[in-house]
Amino acid sequence: MLEQIRLLLNDYTFQVVALGAGFLGLLSGVIGTYATLRKESLLGDALSHAALPGIGIGFILIQRKELSVLMLGAIISGLIATVIIQTMSRKTVVKLDSALSLILSSFFGLGLVILTSIQNNPNAQQAGLSNFIFGQASAMLRSDVQLIGLTGLVLLVLVALFWKEFKVFTFDPMFGRTLGFSSKIVESLLSTMIVVTIILGLESVGVILISALLIGPSVAARQWTNRLSLVMLLAAGIGFVSGVTGTFISSMGARIPTGPSIVVVVSMFVFLSLFISPGRGILARHVACRKRQKVFMKQIRSLEE
Amino acid sequence: MSMIYEITLIAIIVAVACALPGVFLVLRGTTMVSDAITHTVLLGIVLAFFITQDLNSPLLMIGATLVGVATVWAIEALQQTKLLSNDAAIGIVFPLFFSIAIILITRYAGNVHLDVDAVLMGELAFAPFRRLVLFGADLGPRALWTMLVILLINSLFIGLFYKELKITTFDAGFAAAIGFSPVLIHYGLMTLVSLTAVGAYDSVGSILVVGFMVGPPLAAFLLTNKLHVMIGLTAVMAVINSIAGVRLAFMLDTTIAGMIAVVTGVTTLLVFVFSPEKGLIKATVNRKREQKKIDQRLKEIS
Repeated sequence: MLEQIRLLLNDYTFQVVALGAGFLGLLSGVIGTYATLRKESLLGDALSHAALPGIGIGFILIQRKELSVLMLGAIISGLIATVIIQTMSRKTVVKLDSALSLILSSFFGLGLVILTSIQNNPNAQQAGLSNFIFGQASAMLRSDVQLIGLTGLVLLVLVALFWKEFKVFTFDPMFGRTLGFSSKIVESLLSTMIVVTIILGLESVGVILISALLIGPSVAARQWTNRLSLVMLLAAGIGFVSGVTGTFISSMGARIPTGPSIVVVVSMFVFLSLFISPGRGILARHVACRKRQKVFMKQIRSLEE
Repeated sequence: MSMIYEITLIAIIVAVACALPGVFLVLRGTTMVSDAITHTVLLGIVLAFFITQDLNSPLLMIGATLVGVATVWAIEALQQTKLLSNDAAIGIVFPLFFSIAIILITRYAGNVHLDVDAVLMGELAFAPFRRLVLFGADLGPRALWTMLVILLINSLFIGLFYKELKITTFDAGFAAAIGFSPVLIHYGLMTLVSLTAVGAYDSVGSILVVGFMVGPPLAAFLLTNKLHVMIGLTAVMAVINSIAGVRLAFMLDTTIAGMIAVVTGVTTLLVFVFSPEKGLIKATVNRKREQKKIDQRLKEIS
């Protein structure tokens, strides 16, 4: 067993995949913090589905599986979906969740239509396009990890540069506007960053599960502290550890898919945090409640005497 | 019956069966819960399949429906802790259930006929090949009968509990005050949603079911303010979408369910933009008019 673990840790493919998944977890932990605090966590779910037609169209245009072009297509269709969803929910009586589910499924349907028509055309290059739906982390290459790392670095620098703008628009957009910040610029930058993070994760974790990676780490981190900077750091850490652990678990056993095992690890972090975090957690509250009951009982008894 | 008619018929029945409970999902603002349900019934299908070893067993449907209801319960239990926002609770629960299902499928069910792609995407074109044969007589496609029964159950539920559904949807507090149980009606509705999702998964696939559930009711919601008119319009929209979708899919030789979802999206967006009462154009014009009025007032004052 130990020998097996040692061999695995020295394995080049494992190192590449684990590093990629770890980076991805770190990045989605940071960016996801904004998404969950703005109560837009399901936007990620809708956007990841909405990216599919972009991937298909990108492939039709160049007839090759060139990752950067596919991602560009995915980003464009994700942004179109964001604009439609936000117009629907902000300008009219349509509720956000109706808009989300409508766009999610019709864009995904369009993606399937495009992918099917690609599959009907003989082109050997198309193999593996459906990987985007479930993700194929074990197929991650060194260049993919570099892409994730570089893009991630840009996003992190943006977070650091616009720290106070993002913070004010996350907690109090009205106040931000009265201070003279342009809400359009800041909010579209923020949504673009969320979209880019999702797209980066598509190939490895897949359309359906990337939203969990976006939500999980920040929800878990939120239970431990009230400071934005600490929540973000903690979310980054939890995301990274989940990515690496998930990859590790899936490489240890036979036929365990990577994306889903990462999601299971993230969920464990979430439930653990919900239960045992001090002060806020379910256990802590239960104990506090019991203590209060005891104090009351004592007071009542002393009154009776 | 020729193939295209059978497929169109199944598509219409699936679309109407999905759209009916969708009316109340859209009005209650819980459509993303139905999105979660459509994903997690996969876990139910997998678990029930391990027990029954038969994809056509009615136990499979019951098991999967129960897991759908369990999803709703889990989401609500998380929401009640108040430790995370409502949508984050949805976003935590369903990927977890779904991941467990995928891990189980890839690990144990590799060599049986249970395929993630098929469950998620579905294929209406294959539905006519799975016949229901009773006492040696060919009664038509199995999906047709399953969905017909589900359509009947959905209509019966809405017909019987119309006023309960109406009152708990629009004013849950009042409903509770006069003695209706909003929780009971809510879980009844959610059971229907999971049952419909399970029934529809092999013809439409679990992701597109959401579009079938949300699209037509949303379009109807934008066109009227009356509940019974909305239900009627929903059915009409569902029929139009599925006929157009099947035709287009045959013309373009592509996935039928996907095409119907695209048509649903397009028609709903068209209604959204052009609806005479609540549409985007109307809202924009109204806002401009209000602005002008305010500007004039301001000028008059100054």
